[in-house]
Amino acid sequence: MVSFPHRHLLGIKGLTEQDITILLDKADEAVKISRQREKKTSTLRGLTQINLFFEASTRTQSSFELAGKRLGADVMNMSVGNSSVKKGETLIDTAMTLNAMRPDVLVVRHSSAGAAALLAQKVACAVVNAGDGQHEHPTQALLDALTIRRAKGKLARIIVAICGDVLHSRVARSNILLLNAMGARVRVVAPSTLLPSGIAQMGVEVFHSMEEGLKGADVVMMLRLQRERMSGSFVPSVREYFHFYGLDAEKLKAAKEDALVMHPGPMNRGVEISSEVADGPQSVIESQVEMGVAVRMAVMEALLLSHNSDARAEGWGA
Amino acid sequence: MNTSLVLKNVRIIDPSRNLDETGSIVIGADGVILAAGAGAQNQGVPDGASVRDCAGLVATPGLVDARVFVGEPGAEHRETLESASRAAASGGVTSFIMMPDTDPVLDDIALIEFVKKTARDKALVNVHPAAALTRGLKGEEMTEIGMLTRAGAVAFTQGRHGLADTQVLRRAMTYAREFDAVIALEARDPYLAVNGVMNEGLFASWLGLSGAPREAELIPLERDLRIATLTGAKYHAAKISVPESADAMRLARSRGAKATSAISINHLSLNENDIGEYRTFFKLSPPLRTEDDRQAMVDALADGTIDIIVSSHDPQDVDTKRLPFADAADGAIGLETMLSAALRLHHADRVPLMRLIDALSTRPAQIFGLDAGTLKPGAKADITLIDLDEPWLVSKETILSRSKNTPFEDARFSGRAVATYVAGRLVHSL
Repeated sequence: MVSFPHRHLLGIKGLTEQDITILLDKADEAVKISRQREKKTSTLRGLTQINLFFEASTRTQSSFELAGKRLGADVMNMSVGNSSVKKGETLIDTAMTLNAMRPDVLVVRHSSAGAAALLAQKVACAVVNAGDGQHEHPTQALLDALTIRRAKGKLARIIVAICGDVLHSRVARSNILLLNAMGARVRVVAPSTLLPSGIAQMGVEVFHSMEEGLKGADVVMMLRLQRERMSGSFVPSVREYFHFYGLDAEKLKAAKEDALVMHPGPMNRGVEISSEVADGPQSVIESQVEMGVAVRMAVMEALLLSHNSDARAEGWGA
Repeated sequence: MNTSLVLKNVRIIDPSRNLDETGSIVIGADGVILAAGAGAQNQGVPDGASVRDCAGLVATPGLVDARVFVGEPGAEHRETLESASRAAASGGVTSFIMMPDTDPVLDDIALIEFVKKTARDKALVNVHPAAALTRGLKGEEMTEIGMLTRAGAVAFTQGRHGLADTQVLRRAMTYAREFDAVIALEARDPYLAVNGVMNEGLFASWLGLSGAPREAELIPLERDLRIATLTGAKYHAAKISVPESADAMRLARSRGAKATSAISINHLSLNENDIGEYRTFFKLSPPLRTEDDRQAMVDALADGTIDIIVSSHDPQDVDTKRLPFADAADGAIGLETMLSAALRLHHADRVPLMRLIDALSTRPAQIFGLDAGTLKPGAKADITLIDLDEPWLVSKETILSRSKNTPFEDARFSGRAVATYVAGRLVHSL
């Protein structure tokens, strides 16, 4: 098998179709492991994984933790409050401290775009971006792709409608990059206040109506809308947002009959998605969670096994 | 210096007289220019004068940088008046205007006097303080514009800050007019640009960074220009970055506003793509714009719509720059590289050398009423001696500024100041 040629996973940007395929194929194998009774392997035995979360996230952190443990790594969680005045100072200082403990992989989440890349310059180990501001969340895009590929058998030419707060979403950016790299057709559906500047040049078709945007879609991917953005600042109210952009059974009818419904979680039921749809037969939201562990196992294995210890040693003191 | 000095066989470019000819500059023992031009070549050399053969070099009036941030008082670890002046001298800058964003803010005559005295004692070049337009730069109450002017403040500004209250601005401009004071403001709408950390557009969107739209500059600029026209005050747009702003300047002047404008050397040399993967040395205010914008601004400089070039020298330390992009401070140093970066526009045939030197020396001296920017007989011998083609590489190790946040690290330049004279005294020599 061709090995994964990157030292870090900072984003989907820079990954080729082949890189992504390597990770998804590995993840398929990891799903099998996770479904066995004996889930623990020795693939990463003796290696240390540190989860460094400057932004609280129970779900993503647990997923990374479980992935590391299933591969036999020693996993440590560090949650650093994000309230300190100078976040960045904490970031670099914490990174240097952790670096001195000689971890093999750092999983980082931070509220600022570029934080994972900055950290990768300062530490000697592999860095996995678990979400940096509004920039990227590569493992989420990979787990979404894995979910779609397993359900539809392919990614090429699949029509994916990404709906909701694209502007603030690192999930949307990573998904747009990944799906385009794999030859899928990407649409975004949102009010203009929730779309980034230049969206039409980001490799997507832009829609402002759910009915049009969902027409013929194979996948409907809903995004979370944060509460503070619902009341007048970006959209007038929850009620109005749900009316036009919330996914309910009626709006879902526009998509293909066997369209998948996805959500990166945590969901705001009744805001961007109705319970009926979230829990309905087309929903693969729970499957996404399962694929999350598998994808993270694949990423960690790819980063840690494709580079020998010499390659890692070069980074020391850099 | 005790003896007089003659620079001979030098190409003299003096925009104050539209003069570009090879000749001599004769400087008296008192540091004043006695003669400068082709005619001076044949005059005798004064007794005891030292003579420097400057064949192949260009002499211009010493450069005048109208926008420089210094850390003294309050942040001397970033830059002192002394270190800024050494950086200036090595970049051919013989006078600079210091912004009032210090700690404490330069909003009181005692502080203006402190800066003038410290500069007189320690600085190699002429330092002219700009005073805060409002107390504490808070944008609420005007400072003692008259007394500050008498104390030596050459402009009134909000420095890095904007001024939101149009009533305060109108009164300050009306009052400033009586003292012929220049009000220099950076236009930045606090609401439209609230989270904006770079130019709004596709590139910012991919990086996941909030953008500042061009309207965040244009709207307050147009507002300021209206008030300048209304009050008749001298208004200086301290840093413009988009061609729409240049259009606004043209229109306002045609309506009779006494308005001038500046652009930073960064915005003439770089564009938003230079940010690459979150390089914070390229985080500036206003943000770096697109390449099309940069090209249009070079044209606007060439045709004189934009009056002057500033370095916008803004020393920042590791603790304010080695951060995630959105959390990092704005600003870049520039005193040492302004001339060389500007000469790129000459080498690329984009801006005539005469206009470039005008924008770097003569014009800023005129706008702010400084005794500089000319090589006329009787003027102070502030002179920059330039080798237009001298190749050099910017390296962190040789930067004289106390802070190293240059966006031109490892840049290759052709042309630099080989010697700088302030009142006839050599303050920099390669």
